[in-house]
Formats: sequence, structure tokens, C-alpha cells
Amino acid sequence: MSEIAKDQVLAFIRGRYPQAEISDSEDIFQLGFINSLFAMELVMFIEKTFAVTIPNDELRIDNFRTAKSMAELVDRLSPVPVEV
Amino acid sequence: MTSQILDARDVETVFDRASARRFVDAHIAPYANGFEFEGRIPEELIEKMSAAGIWAPFLPVELGGIGMDMVTLGEIHEEVGRGCSSVRSLLTVHTMAAWTVLRWGTPTQREEWGRALASGEALGAFCLTEPEAGSDAAAIQTSATPSHGGWVINGVKKWITNGQRADVYLVFARVNGTIGAFLVPRRTPGVHVRPIPEILGTRASMLAEVTFSDVPLGPSALLGPASGFAAGMVLTGTLDLGRYSVATGSVGIIQACLDACAAYTSRRTVGGSPLRSLQLIQAKMSDMVTDVRAARMLVAEAGRLKDKGDPSTIMATWIAKYFASTAAAVHASEAVQIHGANGCGPEYPVARYYRDAKVMEIIEGSNEIQRITIAAEAYRELNQ
Repeated sequence: MSEIAKDQVLAFIRGRYPQAEISDSEDIFQLGFINSLFAMELVMFIEKTFAVTIPNDELRIDNFRTAKSMAELVDRLSPVPVEV
Repeated sequence: MTSQILDARDVETVFDRASARRFVDAHIAPYANGFEFEGRIPEELIEKMSAAGIWAPFLPVELGGIGMDMVTLGEIHEEVGRGCSSVRSLLTVHTMAAWTVLRWGTPTQREEWGRALASGEALGAFCLTEPEAGSDAAAIQTSATPSHGGWVINGVKKWITNGQRADVYLVFARVNGTIGAFLVPRRTPGVHVRPIPEILGTRASMLAEVTFSDVPLGPSALLGPASGFAAGMVLTGTLDLGRYSVATGSVGIIQACLDACAAYTSRRTVGGSPLRSLQLIQAKMSDMVTDVRAARMLVAEAGRLKDKGDPSTIMATWIAKYFASTAAAVHASEAVQIHGANGCGPEYPVARYYRDAKVMEIIEGSNEIQRITIAAEAYRELNQ
């Protein structure tokens, strides 16, 4: 899994919620951060930052629970390893 | 019929603000009071809009669009909204349907609907609101039940813009405990349309109540995924674009108020002097000038963020819609005031602006919902 992708996702979440202490494996849905607005923002952030299009069948809540699972999603969707 | 087709061929393509302005000044603005009186948009204008390529220019070339960016699209919607909010409403709901097909549709769905939506051959409408569920989308009752590999839809949708005329409905329905989006052709058996003729504003937007009684649909009717997570996103994304269009249209209303009042106060005299020489009139005019610029900048910012794919466009769009629609309602009220008794009659357009502006504060998420959402932004960095 790309560490860079994971860190970028985490930085985005922390940027939106600076007071929260979130680790890369914490479930942000369980923590109560997610509403439909933030979910949409997350999808847009991932698509823009990593230049991927998330297909409909990958739009599952389990792919977006943690920074780790989002980075794994990015890995699956990227034709080449992400290098930033 | 032949003359209408020839007429439509003479229409210039709309591809930016300037060409939109020419189109609106030639074909929409002078007739908008008449549209309102008739309670409908004439088919001839719909054909001209199709000829101008105005319905869904953001679609890619292979689907019949020109891949237009969102900033330009917003400018075009503003110009249309300046001429007639009812026409802009048709454009808004069509845009929502076409964008949803582009963003969430399978290649097959895009092929099936893209060209027809781009050309205006099929007009789209957005069906979320129900008799018992408005801005609270979670309360919708319309259901989609799996059946014979496809779906059966049951429910009632109310206040559907262009419901009387649209060829395809983008219907949000409850499915497997969550919400999914479905494309329902109007001619499907079990679709019943009841016009809503009396309405406060956007009176020519051909509102309807649409009832779905055991409407049978194939598997490809489901647009986008029907998981709880994704369905919310389809709805959020579609409403975001609708809100953007309403924000631009609200800017158009303020501009129209400004134009009308500048002309009226220059011509009309009181005690031998034009109204424009009165300081209280100047105060109202200065606020219109300032707010139309501020609202236009907020809308442009939301559009720029959309074009960049920046997630912050969603909040920027909430704010633009809240500001622009609130300002439109204020200034349309002032525009009527400035016109006095003339403002209350049918000879001037400001009464229409006043009625239409009020509607802008309610649709695409009421301004109360907007304020709750925007206020949460103030606390987001503190309490989590």
C-alpha cells in the first residue's frame, strides 16, 4: 500500500477536522465525522489528488472507513504506483 | 412546423456569456411575462434552445456536448435566469439529470441518454420532493422493488419542475433500505402526470405531481450504485449542481432588477425630478449593484472550484446559493417598491422577479437548511 497516499488522505481529513486525533486505521464513520457532504468531498479529493475515477462498484462504505482503506483503494485504481 | 424548424436553424449557438445574452435578449426576456401568464414555456422556444445547444453543453463531444466548463455554464445559466426564471428552472433540472448520467451512468446508460439529453430531444426532470418530504431527503417514501431482474417503482413526487413536459425523470427512490436514483421514461406504463397550475413563482416552469404506480423498469434504470454510502453521494452531487444553477439564476434575477430599476428611475419623475436623483433610491440602487457583484463572485468561485475538482466547491456552492437567493429576494422586493403601483401590475417585469426570487429561497435545499449547514462550518474546527 502506498504510504504517500495514506498520508495525503489523512492530511485531508485532519485538515477538515484539525482538532481531531485520527490515526490511519480509525473508522471515521464510527467517529461520527461523516455526513453526505464530507463523503462527497472525500470522493472528490481522492479522484482529484490521485487522478483516478472511482467506479460505482468501489463506492462502498468499507473503502472509505479509514485512511488505510482509502489508500488501498487508490492503489487498486492507479495503473502505476503513486509517486508525488 | 416547417417554419419553426427553419426558424430554429437561424438560432446562434450558445457557447459563452455573450452568445447567451444575445439569445436571451432575442428569444426569452421580451416574452417572459407572457410565459408566466400562459403558465408554460412554448414548444417553439424549447426547439430554439435545442438548436442553440444550450441544454447540456458540459457533456463531452462524443455525447453531443462541447465539454463546457462549469464557470461558463454558470454564466449561461445566469443570463437565462436574468431573462426568465422559469426557463432557467427547466435548464436546471435538465442539467441535473444530464450531469447524473455523465457522472454516474454506465457506458450503456450514457449512450442511451447522453445524445438525447444534449440535443434536447429528451428533456429531463429531477424527482426528489414528495408530498411529505421536502428538504429532508431521508424521509422519502417512493420505493423501488427488485422484480424479474429489473425494478418496480411506486410513489408520488410533487413540485416537479418541468414535470408536465419532461421526457425522462430522474427519480430518487428507497431501495434495500437506502436511496437509489432511477431513470424513468415518461412513457413507461404506470407514470401519471398531474399539472400543478397555480404556484407563487416560476409560474411557467410546468410543475407537476408525478405518480408512479407499479412502474416496471429494466435493470439499466438504476443510475449509479444503490449502496447507502454511494446513493447519498449521487444525491449530494446532483443537488450540488442544481444549487449551483439556482445560485447563478438568482444572480440573474438581481441583475434583471437592477436593469429594470435603473431604466424606470431614470424615466419616472417625482416633483419634476427623476426618481434617480433621490438619495433613498440611490441607496437601494447601490445595494443592488454591490450585491449582484458579490453574488456573481461567489458563484464564479464555486464554479472555478468545480472545474478544478476541488472538494471545497460543495460548501462554496451552499454559500453562493444562500447569498444569491437571499439577495435576490431582498432586491426583487425593493424593485417592486421602487416601481410603486406599476411594480404590482403586469406591465413591468418586477412583480415576476419578486415571485420568482421567493422560490429561489426554498428550492434545492431551503435557506434554513443552508444556514444550518453553513453554520456547522463555523464550528467544525472547534468541537470535533
